[in-house]
Amino acid sequence: MSLARQAVEKRGTNFELWSWYYFRISGVLLLFLALGHVYVMHIATPIEEVNYAFVAARYATPFWRTYDALLLLLAMSHGVNGMRLILHDYIRARSWRVFAFSVLYSAALIFTVLGVLVILTFQPQPS
Amino acid sequence: MQVTCKIRRYNPTVDEKPYFSVYRAEVEPTDRVLDVLNTIKWYEDGTLTYRRSCAHGVCGSDAMRINGRNRLACKVLVRDVGNRMTIEPMMGFKVLRDLVVDMEPFFEKYKAVKPYLINDEPAPVTERLQSPEDRAKYDDTTKCILCAACTTSCPPFWSNPDFVGPAALVNAHRFIFDSRDQRGADRAAIISDRDGVWRCRTVFNCTDACPRGIQVTNAMEEVKRKLLYDRA
Repeated sequence: MSLARQAVEKRGTNFELWSWYYFRISGVLLLFLALGHVYVMHIATPIEEVNYAFVAARYATPFWRTYDALLLLLAMSHGVNGMRLILHDYIRARSWRVFAFSVLYSAALIFTVLGVLVILTFQPQPS
Repeated sequence: MQVTCKIRRYNPTVDEKPYFSVYRAEVEPTDRVLDVLNTIKWYEDGTLTYRRSCAHGVCGSDAMRINGRNRLACKVLVRDVGNRMTIEPMMGFKVLRDLVVDMEPFFEKYKAVKPYLINDEPAPVTERLQSPEDRAKYDDTTKCILCAACTTSCPPFWSNPDFVGPAALVNAHRFIFDSRDQRGADRAAIISDRDGVWRCRTVFNCTDACPRGIQVTNAMEEVKRKLLYDRA
């Protein structure tokens, strides 16, 4: 029987293994997505041209909405997972941990919901 | 040559907090840092307290922080550290006195990974045979002398004393990769836990600190990879 399987039978979950693996995968994806984002928004387009019309034009296609949704979800989950580990390492007192994790997960939820809402419901208006 | 030796002192029954004492000692460049400590203890200040046993880099008693790096005092020559040295106890454990730290939490984690061969089959008349290739898989991690230099140089361990630590993981690796070992369940439960191998951030301090030259970080990465590839 494999080690990981035995660990699961002993503990019920392999969460930390998947969290570690997810870091690697999401990190690689984010590298390309973020570089693409920087290129399109800050290098290929002069800064004066990045305005409402530019964003509206981008969001007229499902491609950029998907791109941004992917960037948002990967960045949030990757970052929150990292913060989870840092808080676990550095905050030892139980009450402070409860507080810190509450703040972290609340902020993560609010920003994710707001971001997804904008990406899904944005209606380009002629300006 | 004359060396200036700054040593972190602490006697919990007398001192409110640790402080540094500065000593000067006349030693040879080819002497070891342990000889400097002995010179100070024998001829200048008998209250200086430290552990040492074999004094030849085998028993692992005299691991300490020498100029900010974990080393065995008996394996470092004076000429390699220069004529000014700062010596402190290993970080992350309770200081019992001067350079002596409480190693109990360290050995508890060591015991937790079950560092012995588990094989339920009846023992054969001769040895349990193993191919040279299988033996080579864990050769590096057989060298550990349990000095704790790696674990106490590990930043994730400093901030999170629950982290099982590199030394225990090296010894888990020793048996996980042994083809004769059968039951890794209890071991895996400890090392794949929240405070197990996943807390390793590949800082590489442990590899730098190991007086036996064990590739500690590499061993931990091998454990992670095995857990991942074997997950099915």
